Formats: sequence, C-alpha cells, structure tokens
Amino acid sequence: MKKFMFVNRKPPYGTIHALESLEVVLIAATFDQDVSLVFVDDGVYELVKGQNSKPIGIKNFSPTYRALEGYDVEKLYVERESLETRGLTEKDLLVPVEVLGSAEMAALMAEQDVVLSF
Amino acid sequence: MLHIVNKSHAQTSSLQSCLRLAQPGSALLLIEDAVYAATAGGAASSGIGEAVTSLKVYALQPDVDARGMGGKLIGGVTAVDYGGFVDLVAEHNTCQSWL
Repeated sequence: MKKFMFVNRKPPYGTIHALESLEVVLIAATFDQDVSLVFVDDGVYELVKGQNSKPIGIKNFSPTYRALEGYDVEKLYVERESLETRGLTEKDLLVPVEVLGSAEMAALMAEQDVVLSF
Repeated sequence: MLHIVNKSHAQTSSLQSCLRLAQPGSALLLIEDAVYAATAGGAASSGIGEAVTSLKVYALQPDVDARGMGGKLIGGVTAVDYGGFVDLVAEHNTCQSWL
C-alpha cells in the first residue's frame, strides 16, 4: 500500500480541477491505497457548506466529500492559513477535517509516496 | 521531495504556496514561466532570493535561455538541462508539481 496525497488548490466550479481530483481520489480508494486529501489556498472553497450550483448549470459535487468516508477515505486536511486568509473557520466546512498549520502540512507532504496536485 | 513550479510568481500564487509548504532542505525546480522568479529582477519579489538559503533551487536552462534570461540567474540557483531535470526526479522519492 502506498501513501497517496491529493493536493487541492483550486476553487470548485471555475475549472475542472476540483471535480477531476475527486474522481482520481475515488479510483485510488478503490485500489485500497492510503489516501489523504489536502485543501490549500482556494482549494478550501471546495469544502464550503451550502453550495448550490444549479443556477450555473453544473452539478454540485460537494456532497461527494461527505461520501468519501464510505470509501475509507477519512484523512482530510485543511491548512489553517488558507482558511484564515479567506475568513473561513472549520464551522463553514461540510465535512470533519483536521486543520493543520503550514509547518505540520509540510511535514505531512514530505512523508508521502505520491503527491498529486490539482 | 522535489517541488516543481511552472508559473510566473507575478501571475499565480503557486510559487508562494510552494515556498510556504516546502520543508527546509527540499529541492525546488523552476521551469517554464517560473524561471523569472530566479532572475536578478524577480528574485526579491518572488521570494527566491530568500529561499536559496533554505532550499536547493534549480532552474531549467532551456527555459531560461528561451526567455533571454541567461546570465541573469541569481547566485545560489543551479541551472540544469533536461538531463539534469531527469536526474532530479530520479534522485527524489517524491515530486510535487504546483499547478
């Protein structure tokens, strides 16, 4: 088993990055790998509660983050600095996450076998 | 860990975030538009001027030359060719491309 980390740094609907990341996360989980998700910079917006993308004609994929638990993907990390810069707190997020400072996040990244950026 | 950045520091926050989340002692390779960050004119605002003291910083020479920046790399930044790029990837257990 390898340690896969998915680093999400883009907001949810402006580009396809966030959705594609989720797709690959689910694939990695299917292959029984040790998967963790990281949300940094605008990537923290992917987890914000209350998304309603109906008016822009794009599927709201945010409920999928809540379904990750069912695939044994339970390691979700959010960088504290990225939240604070955007005026967000853990309470604004739709799933339980672990909030880490930059240094802790850097250490976590360094211990991975594979890091995929989105 | 080898960090790879390919965007201009003046256009996106990729380099800034990379520098915030790279552990001291790790390697950083600047390619494509990111090479401007390692030039005498860009190193102060990009943070590379300071980063060379804690990271091993490399710049891809063909990208530097293509942009007319040859000879403008600041001290502490090592120029590598495509073969050197491959060596860096092979030497490190993990790579992280900052999109």
